[in-house]
Amino acid sequence: MNEFDGILTAVVFLPLAGAILLLVLARTDRWVRLTALAVAVADFALAVLVFVRYDADGSSRFQLLDRFEWISTEVFTAHYQLGVDGISAPLVLLTGLLGLCAVLASWSIKMRVKEYFVWLLVLQTAVMGVFVSLDFLLFFLFWELELIPMYFLISIWGSGRKEYSAMKFLVFTFLGSAFMLVSILALFLVDGGAQLDMIGWAESGADLARTVIPISVVFWFFFVAFAVKLPLLPVHTWLPDAHTDAPTAVSMMLAGVLLKMGGYGLLRITVGMFPGITVDHALILTVLAVVTILYAAVVTLRQTDLKRLIAYSSVSHMGLVVLGIGAVGMAAGTYSKLGLTGAAMQLFTHGTITGLLFLCVGVLYERTHTRYIPDLGGLAQRMPFLAVAFVIAGLASLGLPGLSGFVSEILVFLGAFKAFPWLTAFGAFGIVIAAGYILWMLQRALFGPARDRFAHIGQSTLVERIPMALLVISIVVVGVYPSILTDVFDAGLLPITTVLGR
Amino acid sequence: MTGHDVYLLSPEISLVGLALLVMALDLVIRRKGLLTLVAVAGLALPMALSIVLWGEVSSDGRMVGVMGALSIDKFALFFKFLILGVTGLLLAASVDYAGRLPRLRGEFIGLILLSATGMMLLASATELITLYVALELSALPMIALATFRMTPRAGEAGLKFLVLSGVSSALLLYGMVLVYGVTGTTYLSEIGAALATPMDASIPFGSVALLVGVILIVAGFGFKISAAPFHMWAPDVYQGGPTPVVAFLSVASKAAGFAILLRVFYTAFPSMDLDWSMLFAVLAVVSMTLGNLMAMVQSNIKRLLAYSTVAHAGYMLVGLAAVASRIDGDGTAAGPGSLLFYLGAYAVTNLTAFFVVMVVANKLETREIDDYSGLSRRSPFLAGALAFALVSLIGIPPTGLFIGKIFLFTSAVQSGLAWLAIAGVVNSVISAYYYLRIVRLMYMGEARDEKKLGVSWVFGLALAVSAVSVLALGVAPRLITWLTDGAARVLIG
Repeated sequence: MNEFDGILTAVVFLPLAGAILLLVLARTDRWVRLTALAVAVADFALAVLVFVRYDADGSSRFQLLDRFEWISTEVFTAHYQLGVDGISAPLVLLTGLLGLCAVLASWSIKMRVKEYFVWLLVLQTAVMGVFVSLDFLLFFLFWELELIPMYFLISIWGSGRKEYSAMKFLVFTFLGSAFMLVSILALFLVDGGAQLDMIGWAESGADLARTVIPISVVFWFFFVAFAVKLPLLPVHTWLPDAHTDAPTAVSMMLAGVLLKMGGYGLLRITVGMFPGITVDHALILTVLAVVTILYAAVVTLRQTDLKRLIAYSSVSHMGLVVLGIGAVGMAAGTYSKLGLTGAAMQLFTHGTITGLLFLCVGVLYERTHTRYIPDLGGLAQRMPFLAVAFVIAGLASLGLPGLSGFVSEILVFLGAFKAFPWLTAFGAFGIVIAAGYILWMLQRALFGPARDRFAHIGQSTLVERIPMALLVISIVVVGVYPSILTDVFDAGLLPITTVLGR
Repeated sequence: MTGHDVYLLSPEISLVGLALLVMALDLVIRRKGLLTLVAVAGLALPMALSIVLWGEVSSDGRMVGVMGALSIDKFALFFKFLILGVTGLLLAASVDYAGRLPRLRGEFIGLILLSATGMMLLASATELITLYVALELSALPMIALATFRMTPRAGEAGLKFLVLSGVSSALLLYGMVLVYGVTGTTYLSEIGAALATPMDASIPFGSVALLVGVILIVAGFGFKISAAPFHMWAPDVYQGGPTPVVAFLSVASKAAGFAILLRVFYTAFPSMDLDWSMLFAVLAVVSMTLGNLMAMVQSNIKRLLAYSTVAHAGYMLVGLAAVASRIDGDGTAAGPGSLLFYLGAYAVTNLTAFFVVMVVANKLETREIDDYSGLSRRSPFLAGALAFALVSLIGIPPTGLFIGKIFLFTSAVQSGLAWLAIAGVVNSVISAYYYLRIVRLMYMGEARDEKKLGVSWVFGLALAVSAVSVLALGVAPRLITWLTDGAARVLIG
């Protein structure tokens, strides 16, 4: 059963190899930056190639497999097994894109430059690994591996109460993954040998009811791990701190791809492996989602720090992912599929939109040295390019048709409304509030009379504009032509909806 | 003693020879640095002999010698490899430490080699008296070594170690006497056979005496492996004793202790009507929790590592509990292989951490955690190695103890001890707090002094080998799972 295509191994480990190269060879800061950029560009190119090579109409569900036996003992057998399906291929693309943007957004880092880029590249390896691993143990390995670079990136290069925030991030995630570990251990021991192989599990297609721990406990333990990462109320409190205190590029990675690990886990494992139990508990998921959406949206309204505002808005928007997943509770076929596709789309679109928002804030902060909204204003005249990007990101975030955010939100609401009309109607208020906080933020930060104290600040530089442009392009393209992604996601979700038999 | 016995004992005999050679050479040669080189190179002989024996037993299972008191099998040989490897790394890394000793360098190396001999014998012992002699052979040199620096603090550590070691030996002996009284034999396999048959009703206090005996034996071994509540000696001895000795104690001595625990409970007491699994599970939870909580409040790095080894003894006991409940059950599937892997991974991880502590103690004359502040700028190599070892101790990939913990907790779940696995996982999370505190200080703290720290090439090599082994076990556990599985199969029989 050994197969080796190689491209996924390359896309995962290229950043790590780049990091080692930096560590050994690079001497001057300039070379460090350029090498990191070259690695990020190459990895993005590979990610694009993965996305293109994934064949949505292909006969096999998981493609581009790299597989061989990794650990073999009397207790269990684990495989080194990488592969993509329609759910993970777009997320690989997203990670490549944001990884590249993050390197460019880090250009102005002055302190301990080499170390910084090493950790940033290691982080990219870990996240890529999570998205393409098809073995539970390997998945868990990458999941945990991501903690260490994040911890260092926040606590060394962050601002404010950085060490506190880094520790909080670490403790929350580590506790969440402890739950996941117990679930994985339980999966080792179902009848008929260890079920570590996600492909085998996916193909068997049924809920396994013979684990040592009751299967619904396994389900909830997985859910807790992903809910912390996503995050859902009430385990979201690490996120505003971590986002606010992290450096710009790390906030981008955190909001853009790390939260998506939680959503991906929900789709791949919670729904993908326990469809029956998910349906049983769909109401609970939906309630959690609606509470998260509304609570976070209301809290967002009251924020005066730009980064904190975007952080809370992320919590609200990630609630939509769970709302879409809750739609599987409905017995009518196409709607649950709409909800799931919407949830998956939301992962991608929110990744690019929030990435862009954080990038804009970072560029702005670089010049104004404040993120306190009442102190800002009138910046659109000084920095027109930034203002345009910021406004596009904001509009996409509140769901303006023609931009990517609209697509995922409408899909989620269509699916969820059929399943739980009243709850979804409440949840939709989140979007109304979003329009409020986004527009209000843009107005206070960018528009209004020009202020004297910002008279000296200059335009954004080319290095800052490239990632902004890349993200704007992706937002517009997906908004105008969504089926470039929805077809792929649909193909990936088809086996799940088929199992649901609806 | 026949010629065949000599062959079976050849690794131990050659090791004793090496110890004597080093001490003799100390009298005649001037360049004392050569002593370390001779010792490390000399370890190749017992290693080679052990490999030869492995080749032999892989065909016919096991060889029994010295009137049935010793068993040479894959299980024993696994521990011999482990102890020899640890000894070699340790001697190489302590080259600077030994170099700074004013005198008795030969004795320092010789005593470590003698203690290693005792541990190797211990792994093979299948008879209570032999077992006891091997145990003392491994412990007595350590006591002498603990006082080696002859400072008041070292004296205190040595005395404490001596007294508590004596107490634990007494407990162990008393337990053995009771078991012998009930069963009438000192051979483990015969004890097992005797216990499998209904007990002779004429023995006064028969089953109670046996129970007390077994519990005393557990307590005696509890000291060896520094499991709570028998851990009190560890923090003081760790703090006061010379760092290389402490490193050896925390790794090799613990491995040997678990070797004999596994052997005794698999061979002698499997059929006893007692809930082993619960006994070990409770000890495991107490050790893990107490060790981790106490480690949080330490300011001395050696004390912290002492409590950390108590916690890790707890994780290892999780494995033992899983093994024990397997014996109660069908006794076939998952065996002690997980525990053996964990012991190996723990050995290289803890050595890595201790090597850094050793060199920092040597160069900066400090054992306070606060003085590690900014170490990453003074020596990226040392700070990186220590950080990596600490990450492994938490159990975060890609490290040996990550895989080790997966193995252990899996076998716990497999044996129906899911709650124990959860306790272990929660404890790992708690432990992250104090391990990461050190990492944070090294990378984010201000250095009091920016002067670079250099290390000798021999030390650097030893540190690199152990750190790379931690990584290798985390990425490719197969490197030793074929050994541990082979060793485990001997016990399951």
